[in-house]
Amino acid sequence: MSTIMNIVEKFEESRDSAAPTSTDSDQGYQTVGEYSVAKPRICCRGVNVFYGEKQALFDINLDIGQREVIALIGPSGCGKSTFLRCLNRMNDIIEGCRVEGDIRLDGQDIYSKELDPVVLRARVGMVFQKPNPFPKSIYDNVAYGPRIHGLASNRTELDDIVETSLKRAGLWKEVRDRLDHPATGLSGGQQQRLCIARTIAVGPEVVLMDEPCSALDPIATATIEQLIDELRERYTIVIVTHSMQQAARVSQRTAYFHLGKLIEVGDTSRIFTNPRHPLTEDYITGRFG
Amino acid sequence: MQPDTLIWTLSALCAIAFYLGRHRAVQASGGHIRNLHSLPAYYGYYLALCCGLPALLVLCLWLLFDDKLILQLILGQLPEFWRNLPEDRLSLVVNQIHNLIAGEAGIQEVDPAIRAAADHYQRLKTTGYRILAILTLTVATAGLVYGYRRIAPDMRARNTVEKSLRYALILSSTLAIFVTIGIVLSVLFESLRFFSKVPVTEFLFGLKWSPQMAIRPDQVGASGAFGFIPLLTGTLLISGIAMAVATPIGLLSAIYLSEYAKSHTRSIVKPLIEVLAGIPTVVYGFFAALVVAPLLRDFGVQLGLTVSAESALAAGTVMGVMIIPFVSSLTDDALTAVPRSLREGAYGLGATQAETITGVVLPAALPGIVSGLLLAVSRAIGETMIVVMAAGMTAKLTLNPLESVTTITVQIVALLVGDQEFDSPKTLAAFALGLTLFLITLALNLVALHVVRRYREQYE
Repeated sequence: MSTIMNIVEKFEESRDSAAPTSTDSDQGYQTVGEYSVAKPRICCRGVNVFYGEKQALFDINLDIGQREVIALIGPSGCGKSTFLRCLNRMNDIIEGCRVEGDIRLDGQDIYSKELDPVVLRARVGMVFQKPNPFPKSIYDNVAYGPRIHGLASNRTELDDIVETSLKRAGLWKEVRDRLDHPATGLSGGQQQRLCIARTIAVGPEVVLMDEPCSALDPIATATIEQLIDELRERYTIVIVTHSMQQAARVSQRTAYFHLGKLIEVGDTSRIFTNPRHPLTEDYITGRFG
Repeated sequence: MQPDTLIWTLSALCAIAFYLGRHRAVQASGGHIRNLHSLPAYYGYYLALCCGLPALLVLCLWLLFDDKLILQLILGQLPEFWRNLPEDRLSLVVNQIHNLIAGEAGIQEVDPAIRAAADHYQRLKTTGYRILAILTLTVATAGLVYGYRRIAPDMRARNTVEKSLRYALILSSTLAIFVTIGIVLSVLFESLRFFSKVPVTEFLFGLKWSPQMAIRPDQVGASGAFGFIPLLTGTLLISGIAMAVATPIGLLSAIYLSEYAKSHTRSIVKPLIEVLAGIPTVVYGFFAALVVAPLLRDFGVQLGLTVSAESALAAGTVMGVMIIPFVSSLTDDALTAVPRSLREGAYGLGATQAETITGVVLPAALPGIVSGLLLAVSRAIGETMIVVMAAGMTAKLTLNPLESVTTITVQIVALLVGDQEFDSPKTLAAFALGLTLFLITLALNLVALHVVRRYREQYE
């Protein structure tokens, strides 16, 4: 009899940890690992996100340091993309989405009324899951951002920005002779690098990447990963990825999300070799997700 | 048995065949449907097809040709005098016979020979139906027996049924195409007859349209002028005004609905705009004639302008209102088809909503918008009722929107209303106008299709 009770207890324990109930969420969850850094670029405290009635993120605390690559991992629907989109207020354009809490970029509240999301998005650029070049020429794609923000006062300056951005994105050699060709004619990997070039042409401080390689083949993925490593010298990068190998390869810190909570965060090498939370360990060892 | 009773009998027979076939298949399977190649119902359909299809074919062929055959028989038995009549007189005789049968001959005296022929016709017809009934039912039964014997567990009934289904689909689509071709050809040939009386060059380049022809040689009247240019300018003028009204309003409302409006607003406003599309054009017509035209005239008087009571402006404006939902919903479709990822890409670069729309969404949706506009133009060009009521009938070669003009469609109506000779240039001119109208709208639709195809892949 006592053994049966033991099993039931264990079962309920494991269920609780795998699928936290609503009472659990109201109290908040204490993230395992060090979520704050010494000199943060972005500082998030107590972030809650709701889609209509449904809560998607629960009380997230996380700092993002200067010139680091931080990877957000976790199973589908765990809220990592939602969190990423909070950082440049992309959730604003989703009907019924509500963000609570405090998110600061260089100490400035990005959800304050004085801050124009347009300016914020120029400082915090974003690269999407599927390459989404505009149906324009390669040149116009990269020049789009600088044009709307008035970053160049004449054609020569604009040419310079386009060239520098394409060089930084490692695409210049491949497209320098056909800048006036439609961007949609490029291959998937080239399109994604064009999107990166387009993002850095605006001169952001932070680049958000939402599964930037999930639509690409391994070779294009390798190129992008190398690129991310180079970009780290100038930009802070937050990358959402489904591939744990990718997280291990490109990032310095890793944050593990589960069902809208930030379960564990820490140095990538530590997370992958010595996860402290059982959920993190299960995910990393491939037991689920 | 009358043909309609026969068709009902045949249908009943097919229904019986269906149940019979299904039952037979189940029986043949030995109680295990799994042993059958196809599901039992397919054997039912198979047997129904075997029974009904050949019989239906016989029936159709008979009904197509029996009248001609019987007439030949009767005419062959008419006295020498009748048989040697010329073609057109003979058809009169045939008409007379038909009238007698229908009992519409009236009280006038009828030649006994013809009366006899009519009686003979009716006898033949009755016998014919009797033969037809026997023939059809025999064929149906034969088909039933043949199919019933062929049903076996390994027979591929499904394949046969599905193949005949495909033929039925092909038949339907060919029918639609042939009807279209038939209409085009008939318009074409009548137009050719017109062009044999009036030179093509006069029609295409003539600057005067006055289709009044003298019916009798001694009648005082114009000899008719068939210059098509005034109608074309009138049509283009009115369509141009309509598009000038509909394009901005339709486009802007579509942009508002698809980009700015909340889903709640959208769910209310969109159906309201589409109500406009449901208003009959004749209602628009009297709205134009009774409300808009007098309004414009009064307004013109205040400005010191002479505005005709029936003006192109009134008709064009109302027509523009009519095609607003058309433009709006096609544009809306084109805008919503632009992937969300493109919008997010622009927002992610720090573009404002207006910048995103003008710089990214509109260019990406442009092919769809352009083709929608072209479809709207062909709709405007083909519109009749509003113009008849509000723009007048006089063919004036003018570009002044305040005067009354007329359009191609209105003139087609005018030409065919009332008593007409079927071979006078006046009547035939309608066909030539119809052909021209058809060619114009066809060209517009082709251009629209081409635009869509050419640029469609750009954002996929």
